[in-house]
Formats: sequence, structure tokens, C-alpha cells
Amino acid sequence: MDGASVRRRLVRDTRVRIALVVLAVIALSAILAPHIAPYDPKQQLDITHLNGQPPSLAHPFGTDPFSRDVLSRLIFGTRVSLAIALSAVAIAMTFGTLFGAIAGYVGGTVDAVLMRIVDAAFSIPTLLLLIVVIALWGDIGIVSLTLLIASIGWFTVSRLVRAETLVVRNADYVVAARALGMPGWRVLVRHVLPNVVAPAIIASTLAVGNVILLEAGLSFLGIGVRPPTPSWGSIIQDGSERVSDLWWLTVFPGLAILITVFACNALGDALRDALDSGQLLSSFDDAPLSS
Amino acid sequence: MTPPLLEIDNLRTWFYTDSGVARSVDGVSMRVDAGETLGVVGESGCGKSVTALSILRLIRAPGRIEPGSAIRFEGKDLLTLAEADIRHVRGNRIAMVFQEPMTALNPVFTVGDQIAEVARIHTDMSRKEAAAKAVEMLRLVGIPDPERRATEYPHQLSGGMRQRIVIAMALVMNPALLIADEPTTALDVTIQAQILELLADLTRRLGTSILLITHDLGVVAENCTRVIVMYAGEVVEEATTSDLFRHAHHPYTEGLLGAMPRVGGHAERLATIPGTVPAPTNWPAGCRFRERCEYAWERCEQEHPPLYQIGEGHVSRCHLAVEPERRANRHVPIAAQVGAGAA
Repeated sequence: MDGASVRRRLVRDTRVRIALVVLAVIALSAILAPHIAPYDPKQQLDITHLNGQPPSLAHPFGTDPFSRDVLSRLIFGTRVSLAIALSAVAIAMTFGTLFGAIAGYVGGTVDAVLMRIVDAAFSIPTLLLLIVVIALWGDIGIVSLTLLIASIGWFTVSRLVRAETLVVRNADYVVAARALGMPGWRVLVRHVLPNVVAPAIIASTLAVGNVILLEAGLSFLGIGVRPPTPSWGSIIQDGSERVSDLWWLTVFPGLAILITVFACNALGDALRDALDSGQLLSSFDDAPLSS
Repeated sequence: MTPPLLEIDNLRTWFYTDSGVARSVDGVSMRVDAGETLGVVGESGCGKSVTALSILRLIRAPGRIEPGSAIRFEGKDLLTLAEADIRHVRGNRIAMVFQEPMTALNPVFTVGDQIAEVARIHTDMSRKEAAAKAVEMLRLVGIPDPERRATEYPHQLSGGMRQRIVIAMALVMNPALLIADEPTTALDVTIQAQILELLADLTRRLGTSILLITHDLGVVAENCTRVIVMYAGEVVEEATTSDLFRHAHHPYTEGLLGAMPRVGGHAERLATIPGTVPAPTNWPAGCRFRERCEYAWERCEQEHPPLYQIGEGHVSRCHLAVEPERRANRHVPIAAQVGAGAA
């Protein structure tokens, strides 16, 4: 298996093309938010005449009870939701990968201790933990929220990476690297890590969707992103008490969440298929007939 | 007499597994002289690869090199060197070529990078100099168009080429000793011959000694000056190559020679040695080959044979050395009697 054939397999996949286009549009709107949003997302436009107005030409996604433009809030909310999801996953993945790789590569007591920590972490109901921590902490910012979400997301990655490391560390090229006099940490960084990140990448792609849902859930509960900052979850929260008459406050951000999570999962699945069948193919490469 | 380049003295490498202590290498002694090619033969599980890994201290837990073992190389005991010093020996003074060229190269780096890396570990060469060195090594091991090949990934190369790359990596630092662990087993026959030819040619030019581990006596006959036969974690016979082929003493060596296919021989079934190697967690008392031996008698059951000197540079771990008349008394080995129905 190599980069080129994985890439080829991915671009041929229709799921991947659609998912990438969707994610590109969403990412672009997040980046270009100040330029494409018709209004300031926090500005209360006209408290008397524009509160809770249904979609119209001037406000395609309607306005919320505070007379703010929902489309503008949704576009700016994309920034917040995506930034939290991507950074939380990046942090969790980096930490989890290092944790798992060190445990698997060093082995012995170190492995036993590190993995018991992971086991312990797994036994805690994470959503409950988050709610308790945030409740005790009180008003938290977006950075702390991101770190908190990351802190409960790395165990899975570290387990996956450890399992892969246990396989790779006995690969001939790792023994060969040691036989050539390479220091242990360099073997780990140069020869083990690049060969164990595949499962971490797949897990992370799938995790982005989950974190978006988690952030939306927390914000909906009123303990995630705080008003007046818009995020997909907090917009839904703004309309939660009047779902029956202000449906546009729930439906549009809900659709945004749905589409993004769907695209992330489709991409993750496709990536898994591509990398897995790649492994399958490479084991055929080793058959005597093809050499 | 100059001291040998490598001298292994009573090496014992044991693995502490859940099913008991596997005494994979159990008191092995051997020496490699400067410039010579020493063959080590034996079937799978006899301890030859573990011996090789022990020389470079590449044994991982649960394996352990037992105290009392010694491996002297260029005047140092490798087993007592500090970690940083043994790293200086690995890849630099002693290099290793592995059996599987398919897996001995890292799939995510170009072969040029991987060769250059060896030079960068052991010297303060710049990235550029190391890359040039890599191309030079590729040329040395007979890879056509080395500049282009250096930028390719392992999967783009054939098995024979990959093994050439592995050899190039091993020879970058011009080591004094090359340990080749079944270097041709995974290759087809014509490529095998080319690779062995290449190894012989390079080491002749560079003056490198080789410890050639193999289960193929044909490979030994063509490449080695001396041979060590291992069985069940021990050396059972040691002789010059011509001596071994003409006057094999140990019944196990006889069996190995009998199991070799011969060109022009009658189309009979190949001879085999009945039974299998006992488990390393439970070596039998007495002679470890006893149950598979055609000559075994009571003494073999009670007394673990020492290495008897039976000629100039020729030793054998068999009581036949002191009771040669027993050779007339051939019988069906115990291992074959048990499986009589199958035979």
C-alpha cells in the first residue's frame, strides 16, 4: 500500500467526492464568514419588528427572538462549531497517538501503567463528567471547552495506535533500524509512528462528526458555547422553547449539523475502506507469484 | 595467532514465557576470523537467528541473555557495553541482513532515504552528502540507474532488488562483520545465486567477514570456509566445509546431508529426519537429538554429550566419538517408531 494508490482509490469513490465538496463549502463559509454573512451575527436588528420573523427574502433563514439574522448566525456559528471540533480532535489525536505509540513501543511496565490509565478513563461516563466539570467550573470559554472535549477523546485513539504499534514494533524494518544503530526514540518517530497513524486518521475523521454533535449537545443544554456567541448548538438552544412556532431556528442549524456529520462519517468510512483494502492488496503483493 | 574478530563464549539466551523458560540458545560458543565466511546451519527453531540477534543485543523482553555469556568483538565484550556504545557497533562495525527483503524496508520512505539514514546516524554527513552516498551504495550493489531508483519506494522494486538495497544499507559503514540471516530464503533460485555472488564479491573487495545463517547446505558448500551445525540451542558439529561434507560425524549432520537433493541422483524420495525438534522449554536430558537418531543407545539417554574433538578443527557433540563401533548398530529412531503408521 502506498500514498498514491490510496489517493487513487479515494478520488474514485463517489462518497468521497460528495463529502469533500460539502466539507469544502462548509469550511469556505466558515473562513469567509465576515464577507458572506449579510448581517452582524450579534446585532439585534430591530427588537420591535424583527423578533422571531419567519424566513423572508431579506432574512432567508428568518430571525430569532432577539431579532438577529439566523443565516448570519449560522454562518458565524460554523466557525465556532468547526473550530472547536477540529482543534479538539487534533489535540486528542496527537496526544492519543503519542500515548498509544509509547505504551506499545516501550512495552512492559510502562505499557501496563499507561493502558490501565486508559482503562480507568474508559470507565467514566464522559458526557456526565463534562457536565459536572463545566457545572463546577462555571462560565468557560471556547478554548477551555475545546480542551475539555479533547481530554475525553484521546483514549480510543491511543488504544487503536497501541494495537497497531504492537504489530509494527516487531516488523523487520523496525528490528533492522535498531540493528543499524538507530537510537530508540528515533526508531519510534521515524519508523513506528508513520506506520501506525492510519487508524488514528480514520478514527479522527469519524470523531469530527461526533465532536460537532457533542458541542451542539452541550450548547443546547446551555453549558457549551455561551451567548451571544453563535454556534450550531446555541442557535438551536435559542429557539428551543418555541420549536413549534419558530421552527427555522431548529431546522436550519439542525440541517447544518446533519450534513456535516454525515460528510465526516462518509469520508471516514471511505478512508477506512481505502486503507484497509490497501493492506489487503499489499499482503497480496507479498505472494510469490506477483514478485 | 591473531585473536578472532568475533568470539562467542557460552552464550545462553533464554525467553521467560508463560509456558516456561525457553532455552533457545543454550551454551553456544563460536568464533569468526577476520575475512572468513562462517556458515551456521540448522532447522527452524534451533537457535541460529536468536544467536544472531544476541550478538547485537537485539533481544527484547521476555528474552534475556543470561549472565556468564560473553561476546567479544574487536577486543570489547558486547554484552557489557553501554547502550550508546553498542549503538555505535550496530550498523557501523557489525551489520545485519535480514531474511525478508519484503518487510526489512520501511514502506513509507524512499530507499535512498533509508540508505542515507544509516550514514547520517553514524557520521556527521550532511543530508546532501548522505544522499550521494546512498546513490554510490546503490551503484555498488549493482542497481541500474541508481539516481532514479534512490527516489523510489520499496514496493516499486522487485524482491531481488530490495535485498540488494538491504545489503547496501548493511555495507554503508563498511562493517568488519556482516551477519546475514537467511539472506536468500525468500528469493527465487536464480536471484538467490546473484545475491550470494554479490555478497561474496563485495565482502572479498571490502574484507568483511560474514556470519551466514542458513538452512541450506548448498549455500554453505558454495560460500563458507567453515560450518557450524546447530541443533536444539546447541552447537552439535563444527568443521571446515570440505571436512563436513566428506566426513560428517554427528548423526544430525548426516541426516541434513542425506536430506539434500542431488542433481543426477536417482529419483527416489528424499531422505528425511523423522520427528521434530523438541520444545525449547523442555529440552530432553541426555542427548537432545536422541529420539530422532538412528544410533542412539543407553548412554545417550543418561549423559549429555560434550563437544568431542574428533579431528583438526572438527568437533562433534556425539558419544559415537568415543564409542565408534556403535555406528554399526543402526536402528529405527524412537520418533519414527511412534509415528510408525504414518511412515
